[in-house]
Amino acid sequence: MLHFTKRRIFFLLGLITTLFLAAFYVLPLGVILQKAFEGFRAFLLVDGLLKKIGSPLVFTVYQAGLSVLLTVVVGLPTAYAFSHFDFKGKNFFRTAVTLPFILPTVVVAAAFNSLLGSNGWLNLLLMRVFHVETSPLQIMNTLIVILLAHVFYNTSVFVRVVGAAWAQLETEQEQAASVLGANAWQRFYWITLPLLKKSIVSALLMVFLFDFTSFGVILLLGGPAYNTLEVEIYLQTTQLLNLPLAGVLSVVQLLVTFLISWSLLRDTHTGVVTFLPDVKNERIKKPATGQQKILLALLLIFLFLFFVLPEISLFFRSVVMVDTAGTAKFTADFYYELFQNTRASLLYVSPFRALKNSLSYALVTMVLAGILGVMAAYGLLNSKRVKLLRALLILPLGTSSVTLGLGFLLTFTGVSLFQRTPQILIPIAHTLVALPVVINTLYPAFSAIPENLRDAAGNLGAAPLQILSKIDLPLVRRSILVSALYAFILSLGEFGATSFLTRPEYPTMPVVIYRYLNLPGVLNYGQAIAMACILLAVCALSMLFMERLLLKDKKS
Amino acid sequence: MRKKIVISIIVAALSSMFVLSACKGASATDMEQRTLTVLTHDSFAISETVIAQFEQENNVEVNFVLSGDTGSALNKIILTKDAPLGDVFYGVDNTFLSRALEEEIFESYNSPLLSEVPEQFRLDDQNRALPVDYGDICINYDKSYFATRNLTIPQSLDDLLKPEYKGLLVVENPAVSSPGLAFMLATIAHFGEDGYLDYWRALKENGVVVVNDWSAAYYTNFSASSGKGPQPMAVSYATSPAAEVIYAAEALEEAPTASIIGEDTCFRQIEFVGILQNTPNRDLAEKFVDFMLDVSFQEDIPLNMFMLPVNRNAQLPEEFVNYIQIPDAPAALPYEQISASRESWIEDWQEVVLK
Amino acid sequence: MKETCLSIRAVSKDYEGVPLLRKIDLDLHEQETLCLLGPSGSGKSTLLRIIAGLERADEGNILWYGMDISDVAVEKRNFGLMFQDYALFPHMNVAENVAFGPRMRGWKAEAVQERVEQTLRIVRMEKFRDRQVVDLSGGEKQRVALARTVAPNPDLLMLDEPLGALDKALRDELGQVLHEILRELKIPTVYVTHDQEEAFTVGDRVAVLNFGKILQLGTPEEIYSSPASLWVAGFLGFSNQVPARVIQRNPLQVSTSMGNFFVEHDSRERFAERDDVILVIRPEAIRSAPKMNGQNLLSGLIRDSQFRGDGYRLTLQMENDLIFHFHDTMRRDRGDRISFEIPPSAILCYPAHETEDHDRKAQ
Repeated sequence: MLHFTKRRIFFLLGLITTLFLAAFYVLPLGVILQKAFEGFRAFLLVDGLLKKIGSPLVFTVYQAGLSVLLTVVVGLPTAYAFSHFDFKGKNFFRTAVTLPFILPTVVVAAAFNSLLGSNGWLNLLLMRVFHVETSPLQIMNTLIVILLAHVFYNTSVFVRVVGAAWAQLETEQEQAASVLGANAWQRFYWITLPLLKKSIVSALLMVFLFDFTSFGVILLLGGPAYNTLEVEIYLQTTQLLNLPLAGVLSVVQLLVTFLISWSLLRDTHTGVVTFLPDVKNERIKKPATGQQKILLALLLIFLFLFFVLPEISLFFRSVVMVDTAGTAKFTADFYYELFQNTRASLLYVSPFRALKNSLSYALVTMVLAGILGVMAAYGLLNSKRVKLLRALLILPLGTSSVTLGLGFLLTFTGVSLFQRTPQILIPIAHTLVALPVVINTLYPAFSAIPENLRDAAGNLGAAPLQILSKIDLPLVRRSILVSALYAFILSLGEFGATSFLTRPEYPTMPVVIYRYLNLPGVLNYGQAIAMACILLAVCALSMLFMERLLLKDKKS
Repeated sequence: MRKKIVISIIVAALSSMFVLSACKGASATDMEQRTLTVLTHDSFAISETVIAQFEQENNVEVNFVLSGDTGSALNKIILTKDAPLGDVFYGVDNTFLSRALEEEIFESYNSPLLSEVPEQFRLDDQNRALPVDYGDICINYDKSYFATRNLTIPQSLDDLLKPEYKGLLVVENPAVSSPGLAFMLATIAHFGEDGYLDYWRALKENGVVVVNDWSAAYYTNFSASSGKGPQPMAVSYATSPAAEVIYAAEALEEAPTASIIGEDTCFRQIEFVGILQNTPNRDLAEKFVDFMLDVSFQEDIPLNMFMLPVNRNAQLPEEFVNYIQIPDAPAALPYEQISASRESWIEDWQEVVLK
Repeated sequence: MKETCLSIRAVSKDYEGVPLLRKIDLDLHEQETLCLLGPSGSGKSTLLRIIAGLERADEGNILWYGMDISDVAVEKRNFGLMFQDYALFPHMNVAENVAFGPRMRGWKAEAVQERVEQTLRIVRMEKFRDRQVVDLSGGEKQRVALARTVAPNPDLLMLDEPLGALDKALRDELGQVLHEILRELKIPTVYVTHDQEEAFTVGDRVAVLNFGKILQLGTPEEIYSSPASLWVAGFLGFSNQVPARVIQRNPLQVSTSMGNFFVEHDSRERFAERDDVILVIRPEAIRSAPKMNGQNLLSGLIRDSQFRGDGYRLTLQMENDLIFHFHDTMRRDRGDRISFEIPPSAILCYPAHETEDHDRKAQ
C-alpha cells in the first residue's frame, strides 16, 4: 500500500507541474531550437556574429536595468503607503496602479501619445504656459518613453509583492529597534529592508524579466533605433526566417535569464525570515501626523498623474470627436460602432464575444496556473536544490514569446486534440507565462510557515492532505489570491504568444484592438480605443470584485 | 463558506462556457460537408454573404486562419510545409514571392479566370501563385496642414529633400513593416541599388522620422489621423484616404488626406493566392481560387481589405473612385531581385538611417 | 529615601473603546525594581509601551526626573525594553543584535565591541556571539534579548514577561540569573509578570494591576501579609474563602457556617455589626497553631495530601463541605480527620460587596 508521507505528497505535487512544463515548455522549445540549429554550421561562419548578438544583448540588459531602478524609485514609496496607511480611495488607487498591466502596448502607446505626444495635453499645456510654437517635449520614440512605459507596467507587480510582504511584516522588530535608538531611516535601512529583501528581490527579478523580454514597448514606443534580444528574435524569426540566429539569440536570452535568476535567488535563500504571516494588520492606520498626510497626498497626486491620467485621457479619446471645423464633441459613436457589423464582415467580432473569450481564457489560466503553482511551491519545499529549481522555473518568463509561439505551432498543430480545439493552447501558453509569477509569489509565503506548525498538526492526527488544507492554505491564502489575480491579469493582457495561436473565431480583446488599430479611419481608431476602455473597465471590475469577495477580511 | 460556493459556481460557469464554445465547432457537422482551411495574413477580411454563397454552393465549411503579417505567415508556412497547416494560402505579395516559390510551397493551378486578370499582375508564369489584389504604397499627406501653411505638396522623391519639408515625413522601418519595405523599394527602383543610400542619407539630414510599424506611423505620428501627430506626411496605402471618408465619425465631402503619386513615389504591391502542396482537398482548393478571382469576391475586396481587385470586370465602390489617386507608373522591381537582395538592402539601409 | 526617577501621572488609555488603563499613578525610584503584577489583558504591557513611547496615553503624562517626556520620540528616550517574544533581529547574529543599540547611539566601533563582549559575558553567552539568532533555543534567545536591552546603558529597564515563554525548569534557573543581573546592574527596572511568585522574588516593590487600576502597591511582604482586596487575595492564591457576618466589632468577631471566629481587626475597613463579609484563611494558617483558648477552631477531613518538596499541600473538606487548601510541613494521612486552631492574624476579612471602585488604594 502506498504510504502517503508528507514528503511523497510534496514530491508528487511538484512532479505534476514538472510534467506540465516538460510537455508545454521544454518540448516546443526543443523542437524550435532543433530546427534552428539544423543549419548551424553554415551560420557560424557569418561574420559580425558576435556583434549581432552582443549589441542587442547589451542594450536589453541596459534598458531593463534602468527600468528596474526607476520602478524601485516609484514602487517603494507606493508600497510603503499601501502597506501602512488606510485612506479614502485606496482600492481605487490600487486598481489604477495595477490596470496598466493588462493594457496591450498599442493601447499604452495611444494613451501615452494622447498625454505626452507632440499634440498631447502636456505639450499643449506647456506651449500655452511658455508661449512657444513647437512642442517642447519630444519624448515619443526615445529611451525615456520606453522607461516610462516600463515603470507604468512594472509598478503594480512591485507594489503588490512588496506591499503584501510589508503589510505582513511583524512590527515588533522595528519597535525594538526604535527603543534601541534607531530613527526612522535607520530602522528602514537596518531592519525593514533586510526583512523585506526576499520579496523585494523576488519582485525585482520578475520586473527585470518582464522588461528583459519586453517587446511591444520597444517596438512601438521606442521605435527602430532600439533593438533588444526579443525584437531581434522577432525579426529574425518572422521576417527574415533566419532561424539559426534566432535560435542562438533565444539561447542567449535563456542563459542570461538563468544566470540572473540564479544569482539573485541564491543570495536571498541563505538564512532568515521565518515569520508568521501576521494576520492582525497592525501596521495599517490612518495617517496621523501632518507630515504623513502631506507626503501621502503628494504621493497620491503623483500616482494619479502617472497612472490614472493616461487611462482618463484614453477614455476621453473614446467619447470625444473632433470634427472638420476643429470643435470637439462628445459622441457615443465609437462604442455604438463596436457593436455593429456594418460591413457584415465574416471576421467581425462583437465586443461581447471578445470579452467572453478573454475572460474565459483568463479564468482557465488563473485556475490552471494557481493549481500548478501551488503544487510547484510544495514540490520546492520538499526539494534540496531549491535555488536551482527556482531559477529553472522562472525560465518561461525569460523566453521569447515568439520562440515559444512558433514552437507551439510546430509541435502541436499535428496533434489531433489541438486541431479540434486549438484554443486550449492559448490558456496553456498564458499559464506558462503566469506560472513563474505565481510560483515566485507563493514560494516565499509557503516557506515562511514554521515547520513546527505542520508537525504539531501531524502530531494531533492530521493526514498530510488535511494539513495542507487546514494549516497551510489558510495561512498563505492571501499570497495565493494575489498570485491568482496576477495570473488572471496576465492572461487578459497577453498578446505575443496569443497572436501566434489565436483563431479568428476566438480572438481575445487585445487581438481585436490590434486589428482595429491596423486600419485607417477615425471610426476604426475610435473603436480600438473604445474597446480598450471596455477592456480596462472589465479588468478593473473583475479585480475589485475578486478582491472584495476573496480578501474581505483585510482592510488593506 | 457561502462566498466560496458562489465563487466556485461562477468560475465553473465561465469555464464551462468556454469549454462548450470550444466544443461547438466539433458538433453537428454534416457528414458530407467538408472543410477547407485557408491560411491568410492578419489583414484578411470578407463579407459574410460572399463567403456564405461559396460555402453553400460547394457544401463546404471554410476555415480562415489568420497567421500574422505577410512575412510571419509565409515563414510559418515554410516551416510547416512538410505537415501543412491548411489547403490554401492567401497573402504572399511580390516582395516575398520569390521566397515562396523557391521553397516550393505551392502547387500550380491554371485557373480559367486568369484570363480576366491583366498581364501586369501575373508575375508567376507557372501559376503557382495567382494574383488576387493589388495596392499602392504611397505617401499620404494632410491636406489642411499644407493648405493652412500655403505649402506646396511635394511631387517627387527629390522634392522630399527640400528644406521646407524638414521633419515632416514619417516612414516605417523596412525590416519590420511591409509599407516601410515598399517605400524603400520605391527608392531603390528610382535611384538604383547604388544610389538609394545617398538618397536616404539626405532624407535623414532632412529630418525623416522612422517608426517601426504602420499603426505607429499613422496613429502616433501622422497629423491627419486621430492621433494628431507632428508629421503631415506618412507612408501609407493609396486607399487610406478612402478609408478616412468611409470610417469618418461624421459625413465628409472631401477626404482629409490624399496620396502623392509622382514618379516612383509609390510602390505597387500585388497579393497572391496559392494552393498548398499535398493538400487533400485539391478540388475544393481550385474552386476557392476561382472564387477569389471571380467578380463577387473581387468586388468585396476594396471595402474589406482596402486593396484593389485585379479582375478587370470588378467595379470599384464610389468612395474609391472619388477619393483615391492611382499612380500611372508606380515603382516596381523584379520579384526575384527583391527576394535575393532584400536582406542586404535592409541591412545597409539600417546602417545609414538608424545608426 | 531614594529619588524618584520615573513618574506616571494619571495615565489613561482606551483600547478599542474599552478603558484599559484608568488614571494610573505610579512612581519608580532609582535603583529599584518595581514589578507590575497582573493577569493577562490587565494593561501591563500597554503601560510599558507607553513608558517607552511606542504608544501614547490618551490622558496623563510620563515624567522623567520631573520633566515631561510624553512628547519625546521613542528613539531618544534611552529606555530599554525587553519584549515578550524577544523581537530579536532574525537577519543578524547574536553579536550584531547586541551591538545594535550602542551603534545606533553612535558609539565608536571599539567601544561597541567591548560592550558586546561585556554584556554577553554578563548573560553567559560569550560563546554564542557569532551564531544566527534563528538557531538559538528559547533560553538562549532570552539571554541575548536581555543583553541587547542593557547593552546601550539605558537609564530605565523594562522587562515584559521575560520568563513567560520558558518552561518551569528554565524559568526557575533563569529567574535566578535575571534577579542577580538586575541587582548587579542597579538600573531602575519595571518588571512585568503575571506570575506572583516571580514578582515577589524579583521585585523590591510590587504593583498589582487589574481593572485598569493599581489595586495595591507595596513590598512583597506587605502585599502578601495584607492583600488590599478580595480580588488581590484571590490573585495571590488565597483560595480558602467563606462568607461570614459580623457579630462584634471590637474585637472583630464574625460568624460563619463553620463557627465563630476572631479576626484581627483590619484597620483599613470599618465594619459594623451585621455587615456581610468574606473571610479568607491563609494557606499557611495551619502551621502555626499555638495553644490558644479554643477559639478559631477548624476541622476537616483530609481528602488529599501532596508532597511538594518543601512541604505538603493538604486538601481538606471542611465542616461546611467547602474545600480548603493548606500548606503544611507535617505529613498526614488521607482520610484522617483533623482539628486545629488558627490565629486571628491568619484570617483576612473583606466586605462582601466590593466593587472595582472600592478596590482603589495607592500609596
